[in-house]
Parts: sequence; C-alpha cells; structure tokens
Amino acid sequence: MTQTPVLLVLLLALASAAYYFGCKRAFRVADGRIRNLHSLPGYYGLYVALWAALPALLVLGVWLALQGSMITRMVVASLPEPIQQLGPDRLNLVINDIRNLVSGNIVSGEPDAPTLAAAEYYRSLLGTSRGLLFVVVLSVAGLGGWFGYSKIRPQHRARNGVERIVNGVLIACSTVAILTTVGIVLSVLFESIRFFQAVPITEFLFGLEWSPQIALRADQAGSSGAFGAVPLFAGTLLITLIAMTVAVPIGLMSAIYLSEYASAHVRAIAKPLLEVLAGIPTVVYGFFAALTVAPFIRDSGSILGLDVASESALAAGLVMGMMIIPFVSSLSDDVINSVPQSLRDGAYGMGATSSETIRRVIFPAALPGIVGAVLLAVSRAIGETMIVVMAAGLASNLTANPLEAVTTVTVQIVTLLVGDQEFDSPKTLAAFALGLVLFIVTLALNFVALYIVRKYREQYD
Amino acid sequence: MSTQGQAMAFKLDAEPVDTQKPTVGRDVRETVGEVRVADPRVRCTDVNVHYGDKHAIKNISLDVGKGEVLAMIGPSGCGKSTFLRCLNRMNDTVRECRVTGEILLDGEDINASHIDVVPLRARVAMVFQKPNPFPKSIYENVAFGPRIHGLCNSKSDLDVVVESSLRKANLWDEVKDRLDDVGTGLSGGQQQRLCIARAIAIEPEVILMDEPCSALDPISTAKVEQLIEELRQQFSIVIVTHSMQQAARVSQRTAYFHMGDLIEVSETDRLFIKPRHQLTEDYITGRFG
Amino acid sequence: MTNPTKASTEGASSFARVQAGMARRRAAERRFKLLGRAAVGIGLLFLAVLLTSIVSRGYTAFWQTEMRLDVVLVADEIDPEGTRLVDTLHKADYSALIKQSLRDMFPEVSSRRDRFALYGLVSNGAAFDLRDRVMADPSLIGTTVSLWVPADDDVDMLMKGHIDREGPEADRRIKDTTLGWIDQLEADGRLALRFNTAFFTKGDSRDPELAGIRGALMGTIFTLVVTLALSFPLGVAAAVYLEEFAPKNRWTDLIEVNINNLAAVPSIVFGLLGLAVFINVFGLPRSAPLLGGLVLTLMTLPTIIIASRAALKSVPPSIRDAALGIGASPMQATLFHVIPLALPGMLTGTIIGMAQALGETAPLLMIGMVAFIADVPQGVFDPATALPVQIYLWADSPERAFVERTSAAIMVLLAFLALMNLVAVLLRKRFERRW
Ligand SMILES: Nc1ncnc2c1ncn2[C@@H]1O[C@H](COP(=O)(O)OP(=O)(O)O)[C@@H](O)[C@H]1O
Ligand SMILES: [Mg+2]
Repeated sequence: MTQTPVLLVLLLALASAAYYFGCKRAFRVADGRIRNLHSLPGYYGLYVALWAALPALLVLGVWLALQGSMITRMVVASLPEPIQQLGPDRLNLVINDIRNLVSGNIVSGEPDAPTLAAAEYYRSLLGTSRGLLFVVVLSVAGLGGWFGYSKIRPQHRARNGVERIVNGVLIACSTVAILTTVGIVLSVLFESIRFFQAVPITEFLFGLEWSPQIALRADQAGSSGAFGAVPLFAGTLLITLIAMTVAVPIGLMSAIYLSEYASAHVRAIAKPLLEVLAGIPTVVYGFFAALTVAPFIRDSGSILGLDVASESALAAGLVMGMMIIPFVSSLSDDVINSVPQSLRDGAYGMGATSSETIRRVIFPAALPGIVGAVLLAVSRAIGETMIVVMAAGLASNLTANPLEAVTTVTVQIVTLLVGDQEFDSPKTLAAFALGLVLFIVTLALNFVALYIVRKYREQYD
Repeated sequence: MSTQGQAMAFKLDAEPVDTQKPTVGRDVRETVGEVRVADPRVRCTDVNVHYGDKHAIKNISLDVGKGEVLAMIGPSGCGKSTFLRCLNRMNDTVRECRVTGEILLDGEDINASHIDVVPLRARVAMVFQKPNPFPKSIYENVAFGPRIHGLCNSKSDLDVVVESSLRKANLWDEVKDRLDDVGTGLSGGQQQRLCIARAIAIEPEVILMDEPCSALDPISTAKVEQLIEELRQQFSIVIVTHSMQQAARVSQRTAYFHMGDLIEVSETDRLFIKPRHQLTEDYITGRFG
Repeated sequence: MTNPTKASTEGASSFARVQAGMARRRAAERRFKLLGRAAVGIGLLFLAVLLTSIVSRGYTAFWQTEMRLDVVLVADEIDPEGTRLVDTLHKADYSALIKQSLRDMFPEVSSRRDRFALYGLVSNGAAFDLRDRVMADPSLIGTTVSLWVPADDDVDMLMKGHIDREGPEADRRIKDTTLGWIDQLEADGRLALRFNTAFFTKGDSRDPELAGIRGALMGTIFTLVVTLALSFPLGVAAAVYLEEFAPKNRWTDLIEVNINNLAAVPSIVFGLLGLAVFINVFGLPRSAPLLGGLVLTLMTLPTIIIASRAALKSVPPSIRDAALGIGASPMQATLFHVIPLALPGMLTGTIIGMAQALGETAPLLMIGMVAFIADVPQGVFDPATALPVQIYLWADSPERAFVERTSAAIMVLLAFLALMNLVAVLLRKRFERRW
C-alpha cells in the first residue's frame, strides 16, 4: 500500500515537468511574443500537465479498486478442488486466512499447506500487479503528456481546452452525490433481494416475531430464525412517538417564545445555547440516557410502585426528544419568521393580544411549514442510532407500554452487523433488509417534508 | 398609473380657481390652519416620535372630529404613517420607537400607563396599505375580531355581524356564496374591502387607514372611496393617502405633513383651492413630492 | 378606561364587552408566555443536566490514584548473567519484584488468598512502568528505587469516594482487610491522586487505570484528515459547478433534490454502504481510518455542498459582471473572483461538516472501527477506532472506573467540538460582509 503515495508523488513531479515544458514550448512556437498566442503561456503548461496527470490518475484509481477482487478470484481459482467446493461461508474464512497470512497478521490455528501455497501465490500476484501498475500508470502519464505537448500551436485554444477539462472535473465531482445515492440503493437492494429469497418478504414485513439469533445454528433442523420485523417497527414508532411528544411542544414553544416574546438580549443568549443541544454527538446522549435517565426513571417508577424496565423505551425516547428539540425549534423559527409582518400587523391593529395573534394567525399561517419541520424531525428520530443502541436494548417486545423495553430497526442493524459475521447468512442480510426499509421510509418522509416546506416558502415569497 | 391620470384631471379642474398666493413662506414650519375642532374624538397635543436618534414627528397637535374623514397628505417619508400609528399605539410593536406628547381619545390619554392597548385598538382599528387578509376563510377573517374580543355570544350573532360588516364594506354581494373560500384568493380590491370589513366588525370608533388604495386598481379604488363615504356616518376615519384627488374626494379636512412637521390643516376644499402655506402650495401644484 | 363616552349605544355595548373579556384574555396571554418561557427553560435545563452529569462524573478521571513503591531491583532476578542485553532486560519478571515490594510492606500477610488480594492493589501496568524505568537506566539494577505506579481501579474508585466504605462487606468490591491496607498506605503517604497522564498517552486497555484515549484520538484524527482531504475539494467543486456553471435542467434538478435528501439520510445507512461497497466490493481494509474517512466523506458531502452553495450565492452578481466585463472567461471570473470571496463561507460549512463527522459513531460501527484495539494507529491503513466509538465501547464496560473515563473522553470530545464551532463562528464573524 505504500507504493500509492510514491506513485502520486511521481505523477505530481511529472505534471510539474509537463507544465514547465508546456510553457516553454508555447513561448517557442510564439517566437517569444505572447501576443502571438491565443492564450497565456501558463494555460499551455496547464493543458499539458492535465493531460499528463488526469488519465494516469484515472487508471490508478480503477486499478486499485479492482486489484483486490481480481487477485482474490485468481487465488480462489488456484485452490484445490475440495476447498473450492466449500460453501461460501467457509470459503470466506479461508480467504480471510490467506489475506491475513499475506499481510503478516496472526491467523487462527496453524495454516495448512494449500493455504500457505495460496498465500504465496497471492503474494506473487500482488507483486506482479504492483509492478505492472507502476509501469502502466507512468506510461499513460507520459503518453498523455506527449499528446498534450504535441498539440501546442499558436492558434491552439489552450485556455478553452483547460476550461473544458476543469468543467468536466467539476461535473464529475457533482455527480458524486448521485453516485452515493445509487450506491446506497444498490447495496441495500441487492443484499435485501438475497434476503428475501431466504425469507419471504411478507413474513418480514408482517411477521410478529423477531429472533434472528437462532439462525446462527444453521445445522439445526428446520430452524432458520424468525424474521418478522413488526416488533422492530412498533418499537421504532413508540420511541419516535415519545421523542416527538417531548420535542415538538418544547421546540415549537421555544421557537415561538424566542421569536415573538423574548428581548433581543435573551434571544442572543438562549438561542445558541439551545443549539448546543444539536451539536452534541449522539453517543453522548446515549451514554446520558443509559447512565442517568434510565436509572432515574426506573427509581422514580419504583417509588410510584411502577415496574419500569432498566432499558425502557421512555428513557431512550425522552433523551432522543431532547436531542431533537433544537432541530424542531430552529426549523420552526425559520418558518415563523417567514410569516409576513403584515399579518401580525393586521391582527395587532385590531387589538389581538400576542398570544391570540400567534395562535390564531401566525400558527395557522405557518402550519404547513411546521408540519414539514416535524416530518423532518420524525425522519431524524427514526434513523437515530446511538441513543437507542445504548439505551433501548435488544428485547423485541411488541408493546405500546413506554415503561417496557423495546428494540428498534437501527438497533437491530447494528447488532446484526457488529462483530464477526459471515456475510451471506440470513442474519447479516436481514440487516440490509432493515436498512432498505429505513432508507425508503426516511427518504419518503424527507421528500414530502422538503416539498411541503418549499411550497410553503414560495407562498410567501 | 391611474393616480397620474387622476392628477392630470385634478390639475385641470383646479387651475382656474388656484389664483391666490399663500401667505406663509417655506421657512416657517409652524402649523397654519385649524388644528382643533369643536367636537373631537381624538385630540393630539405636542406629539413627538423618535426612532432611535431619528426625530420622525415633531411637535404635532391635531384633532380628529366625530364623524369626519381626516386626510393626511405629504411627500413620502414625512411621517404620515408614523403619526397614524400613534393613534392606536401600533408603534408599540416597533422596538426602538419612542412616542411623547398627549393623545386623548374621548378625553382620555391613550399613552397613560394604565391603558391597555388591546381595548384601545378595539376602539381605534387600523387598515393597512397592502391588503393583509389572514390565510383563513372569508368568514373567519371577518369573524376574527368579534371572536377574539368576545363580542358575540352565539354563532347566529356572529353570522349577523359578519353579514352586516360585509354589507357595510360593500362586499357581501360578491362573496356571499363563497364565505368559506380563503380570503387570500380574492382580488386585491376585494381583499382590501375584506380588511375593512374585518375592522368594522369590531365596531371601532375610529378607523385608521394607511394608503388603503395604493395597491388597488381605479375601479377598486372607487369602491373603497365610496365605502369610506358611507362609513363616515358611523366612524371617524383618518386616511393617509398619496393621491390628492383621493383626499379631495373623500375627506372633510386635510392635513399636510412635511418632514415630520404638520404644515397646514384646513377644510379640504380650502386647502386645495387656497393653500395658506407655501410648502402646501408647492406640494399640491406638483412642484415636488 | 373608566369613563368611555361612546357615540352609538351599540358601540358602547361592544366596548363594554371588550372590557369585560380583558381579564380572561390577559390571563391567557400570561399563561401562553409562561408556557413559552417554560419551554425554553426546559430546553436549557436539559442542556445543563446533561453537561453537569457528564462533568460531575468525569472530572475525576483526570486524576489517578498512584502508589509509591520501594522496589529492590535484585540483579539476580533481572539479569542473572549481568549481560545487560536489551532482550534480557525486556523479558525479566518485573511483576515478581513488585509483588516482593508489596510483601515487604505488609510482612504479616501470609495466606495465599490475602497475598493475592494484596497484589491486586497495584495495576498490572506497574510492571511495565518498572521495566521502562530499568531499561531507560540499567545502572539502577542492584539498587532500590522508589517509584509511583498506578493503583488498581478499585483502589482508585475507593480513593475517589465511589465505593461506599460503610456498606455490607459482601456487597463491596473491596473487603475489610484490603481496606485496612489501603488506610495504612494512605497514612504512610504512599497513596496519592496524581495527574492522569496515561489517559492522554495510552491506547485502549481492559484495565481502566491503564486505558487512554490516545489510540482513539489518533484514529479520529486520521479519519478526519481523510474526510477533509476528500470532502472539501469534492464539495467545493460540486457546489461551484451547481451554482455557477450548471444549466438549469432535469439532471441538475435531480442532483439538487438528491443532495437535499442525502443530507437527511440516517448516518447508519452510510455505514451499510461502506460495508457493502467499500469492504465487500473494493476490498478496502476493515477498521481502517481510510475507510472511515471515505464513509464520513460521503456523509458530510451534502452539508458542505449546501453551505458552499449558500456562500457562492451570497457573492453579489456585480462581482461576476465586473470580471466578465473586463474580458475574463466565466471560468476565470469564478475561479479568481467569486471563489476567493466565497471561501470563508465554504470553510465555515466545511468545519461544521467536520464537527458532524467528528461526533459520528453509527456508520463507523458498521465498518468495523469498533474492535478492541490497544495499539495506537500509525497511519490511515492501521486498524483503529475513533473517539466517539471509544466512548461507546467504554460505556458498555462494567467496571465502575470506566464510567468516569467515558465521561472524561466525552469531555475531550466536546472540547474538540466546541473548538471547531468556535473557529467556525469566528471565521463567520471575521469575514461577514454586507454587500
Ligand atoms: N421602524 C422604523 N425605524 C426607523 N425609522 C423609521 C421606521 N419607520 C419609519 N421610519 C422613519 O421615519 C420617517 C417617517 O416614516 P413614515 O411615517 O413611514 O413616512 P410616510 O408614511 O409619510 O411615508 C421616515 O424617515 C422613515 O425613514
Ligand atoms: Mg407610509
């Protein structure tokens, strides 16, 4: 892996050289008079340098991305028949061992002969690949540079060429966001489809029992675990509901108070302080929920004679609500402030009190925007992970009682994927199916919310 | 623009009569004319308004009579709106605005510490330059005031008030079949009459109108002016206007403001035909403004 | 207003009704305002409780109970042949020397069980400290050295008052005999709370008294460096294209909607993406900061793009027109005139994005940055964890001493976040322009 930086430095050097020679040649073809040139000499240099660097970088990137899987495939093909016949799970373990041997890590147990041979083969392939990469990248750079160099004429529109290339690079950067979405969709979709081949989609969506752990013992007759996700959906919903019950009234009322009542002085202090709540990492909230809030709720419950689970939905929901308060309040603040002053004047001008103006004029006028804000907050709560992982626990109860423990979609994704796992077991794939549901639901919520908010803004612009 | 067309017409009408020269020069800023009336609804004495450091209204004394329409004219930025907003303490909503002086409504100082702005504004209601109906149904817009002030005990009472207010605002026939449509869906002129209906539904004593027709087309303007004429029977009306023709058509008395000073108050006919102050003359003959 | 004189009798009655309702309405107004105040108050209260609970639990972690031992460095034990070879010195049984020194202090302890409890007073790390000391200065062999070594976490908790001395012995992690020794050590001035350097210089450990945040901190720094190196150029380039050059068509609309939605996708989904694509398809090393950086880049990119676009938007068109008017190409106008003016805004957005990435945990769990890693990572390919993940791991540990360390790690994390936000605020203040 150390060769990549070396290559990059070499490429940089090559590009600088290309720049230098490009400039020089531009001077030469112009007989030393810059006004003979279409563009400034620097652009000719840049043109050559870009031709030298970009194609080479592209080759380098593609090569590095594919190298690993290509080599693995070749090594697997070289393994003795019986090993190749192993199931995908066992084969993965073998490959892991080989990789570990190659990188010099400790392997589980004494490696056997075929593994050692394969590791040797792996290492030699890697060496070949690296050597080849060096040669190929540098020659591509040289060729590109020579091509750019040969194009230099006084009439050559170097600036336009450079600008076209830069524009292309900018476009490529802006498509990263699209690629990310595509990547997300493809990765969760493919694994989910594989999951739904093992577990029917109806059972997943409507089944009432969730106990994926059983699936670990795959050899047990007829037991493939239970993958009914309804308890997870219900748990997520319950915690989200509790969080919203906390966050919406408090967030909304504080936004109203700060924008309609508070003096400039109070607002200047209270608003940033509230926003601090939004900047605190969720893992901190998780710790707080598990260590401070949950015991507090359990103790207060037992004083009242209530039986509260130590990982109650209430604790997780309450703390999640806390986290979302500033989210709701700053969104509502924007919304409330975009209600035109003329409406306030209209109400005040007829003798409405502040609260009447707010409740009967501003609030109804701002309602669509507030609904959008709340939907965004809901999507935030549904996707929130650390608080529930640390405070909500794993018990998949189908209950509406906030004092009991429930589990959520995100908790299960984390539990199923953290730690060693074989990549193809239904247990792992189930995490991706849950991820798909999570992605679709939050995407839909965001989409609707952003649409509502945009329409609302347009109304008053 | 329609106002310009009217301005032309007005000048043609006015020119033959407008022969006598004013008696007070431009450098004198004392109010000339009759600031007091016999039977005042509102009586202002030495009112000053500051926005921070800016002295926006300087020592103004002025009466609003019962059952009269008082027009306020003057170049923009001269403080007409500011003065109008003093009359129902709308300036309270502006953070750095400071009002001094005495403003009596029916003999009582509205700036006194024990006065509550809410009932005050129920007596002195305001209609704004840009029509600002609430994003609610037409019915709810008119019912807003009676509801918040608790003026009606029953739904049928409220229906009566809404209907009579809309009738007084000359809007009933146009909207009676669609009272549940949103108020913002009406045309500009209808919206402004809706805002007036909204104001008269609370039965105020004085209605303040800040350039109520500046956003309206000529036909809507004519309707609102006719409405003002009718409303005068029941309410005192103070109207700020940019159009001298409008002032001439709807008001009994006119006050001319200039850079925070009240320059001249006269009966409307007199002010336009025979201004007593040079600044007034300059303004109404279009020498500036 | 006591004496309203009204023109119409109808009006008078309406005015009287307004007056009659005033008390009720003023009360409603007060209630409403109180509600608003309560909401703000509750929000601030939450913040205060959260911070106090963290600080009050965590501040003690910056001190650690240490014990002064007089260790006889018996030459025969350490280096019988007297070669002073590094290897020999490295392999010597230093813990035996430490045990000996403890026995010397409490000669009356004889039973196996009691001795075992006695050895438990000092941390397992004491032997390593002793080794380091001897290897740094082999001439010490044969002498008696007096050195401070970390005490066991239970002793530490007792000294900090987290263990109730009065409770029934059976429920206590420290029994009565041990209590006696500790009291005696304390009376001899051999136990003291000293600044906990290990917390900042060491990697993770199963023993709370030896666990530090250095490894996690380095992991976080490597991860953030990768994130910054990728997300800043990518984000700015994307923003520049979308704001300055992109034609208005379906495709750019799609990118726009897509970015806005991506900004609200739960972070854990990015972890799934990292797992499925970067690890399983591209074969990048699990647990490496490089991988974490890639995932966090994708996650923070929308934030940076949105902020950078806002910064570009706030540069007035007159600047562009001026540049174009003197014959610059649109690309030149953007690169040399618009971007420099928008840069502070872009940097602010980037810092906020980095702060987001700094606190992020969930996606890192998905890509294996959650393993127990005692070594401090040396580069972006080494297995590592990150500060928030370390917090998550420690929060799960049962030892009481980890609670204060978790809180202390949180304090460090919050300090970094505060610093970053402060920089962003200052940057914004410094370059805030009214055009
Ligand atoms: N909210 C305010 N803050 C500061 N100055 C103001 C404010 N409103 C009005 N002014 C100033 O007060 C003066 C009078 O304004 P205004 O009463 O609106 O004039 P008019 O309505 O006659 O056009 C103007 O110079 C204006 O700049
Ligand atoms: Mg005005």
